[in-house]
Amino acid sequence: MHPAYSVIVFTTASGAGYGLLIWLSAGVALGLVPRTPALGFTGLGIALSLVTLGLLSSTLHLGRPERAWRAFSQWRSSWLSREGVAAVATYLPAGALGLGWVFGETMPGQVTTAAWLAIAGSLVTLWCTGKIYSSLTTIRAWNQPLVPPVYIALALGTGGLLACALLPMFGADARWAAAASVVSLVVGWVLKRRYWTAIDSAARTHTAEAATGLGHLGTVRPLDPPHTQPNYVMREMGYQVARRHALKLRKVAVGLLFLMPLALLIWLLAPLPAFAQLTLAIAAVLSGVIGVLVERWLFFAEAEHVVVVYYRGGAA
Amino acid sequence: MTSLPEASAKKLGLVIDLDTCVGCHACATSCKEWNSNGYSAPLTDDDAHGGDPHGTWLNRVHSYEVGDGAESRTVNFPRSCLHCETPACVTVCPTGASYKRASDGIVLVNPDTCIGCKLCSWACPYGAREYDHGDGTMKKCTLCVDRIYNETMAPEDRVPACVRACPTGARHFGDLGDPQSAVSILVAERAGFDLLPEFGYNPVNKYLPPRARKDREVTPRAIEAPLRAGPGSNADRFFAWVDKALSR
Repeated sequence: MHPAYSVIVFTTASGAGYGLLIWLSAGVALGLVPRTPALGFTGLGIALSLVTLGLLSSTLHLGRPERAWRAFSQWRSSWLSREGVAAVATYLPAGALGLGWVFGETMPGQVTTAAWLAIAGSLVTLWCTGKIYSSLTTIRAWNQPLVPPVYIALALGTGGLLACALLPMFGADARWAAAASVVSLVVGWVLKRRYWTAIDSAARTHTAEAATGLGHLGTVRPLDPPHTQPNYVMREMGYQVARRHALKLRKVAVGLLFLMPLALLIWLLAPLPAFAQLTLAIAAVLSGVIGVLVERWLFFAEAEHVVVVYYRGGAA
Repeated sequence: MTSLPEASAKKLGLVIDLDTCVGCHACATSCKEWNSNGYSAPLTDDDAHGGDPHGTWLNRVHSYEVGDGAESRTVNFPRSCLHCETPACVTVCPTGASYKRASDGIVLVNPDTCIGCKLCSWACPYGAREYDHGDGTMKKCTLCVDRIYNETMAPEDRVPACVRACPTGARHFGDLGDPQSAVSILVAERAGFDLLPEFGYNPVNKYLPPRARKDREVTPRAIEAPLRAGPGSNADRFFAWVDKALSR
């Protein structure tokens, strides 16, 4: 599948945003972070800006962005529509949380209740994002049960890294966020490894013989293409990344997304001056973000659509 | 609403005969011509007169080599929307622009509400939907919905443009929900089949397989030795001398 940069930026930015929203909400609901207005304003501001930036970026993928509002209507059948509804619905508790945190509660328990609802909304939105891909039976590498859990784990991991960089700026304890990030990244790493094993071993069950219904006559080999230049179907669905490049990029993704941030997080536990701590945390964020961009690019580039068998024969 | 309607009694669709299709692309070009002006308009092209001409077409004709040795044959294979009974391209649509008509089963895209998110093209295993870069919306076969009910046209023209254009009668249009219709009888007689039935989308369009050869027994002939002398022969040396002499 063609890796559309708008969709890669969308899932990366909004994933990190929801992850940060989840950890800040959990922190404030469990009393792990101080309810200082500056932290609430900055932290939730960054989280919601990332989410909004991602959602706006996703509309760049559309041929008719001015009609994007119509995508909220078909939640009964479409995971894409459900994602849109869940994303907008999550703004409500996130907004109530922000108002209660920054300006004080207008009703008792506002912050805690809104925090839990914001966590639920974020998780539902991330789950819907994963389901958009994993529900497509036409793409072997996406039609995998591990796709939504990986989306959630990586959102929690990158959001946790942001929290590790943010909390010390406001004098808050970041050790719990570091622990949460370590757990999320390790879980994400394990799930991603299992996902790669799954897609590498999944059988290519759809053949050109079945696609044309001509298998009873023998093997089916393309002779004359229907058109001289690649069309939309080939450009969008026939994107291919060389296998050896993919393996190299998987190593880059593992290094930047998991190994480097985990090493930096462990280093953070040592007694360090505040400035050094902040530098390490920011380095971990940058590494994780670049790593997740590579991971997301590969998620598209490695995915093969069944329609390619009409053009190149063989199996997909 | 992109939830699927109750199964319609009427199932309009095409039956494509892979035995008689000669791969002339008349169906594809007549489709492009008709639909550039009708329901699907515009059907735009990129770089039409440049080095990388490509554009939106609703019908594509592949040619395959099938089988091995003396039994191998060329099969021409037109590919377009199959107007599935339970298509995922409809249910994944977030806006309701992609829909299946309850009255006759035709799968259409509403050009006024499509946002061009391309998800329906990802969901279709048949590559039937193409994104129109010029219009920003998805395009697909309409079964020439603007011809088949058009009472201003002569009755023989009230069929999809591809069916009207086919010079060998390889394309048939009709109601596949009616077991007594000409197309249903044809499918039953010729063992018409579905493409990729394992996806469970229940295509309405059917394909008819190439007929078995019955002209003669096929016996592979031994390939005769080429007449030309091999390298190193006297003739080769002679021509090499001529070539050298003339090159001086």
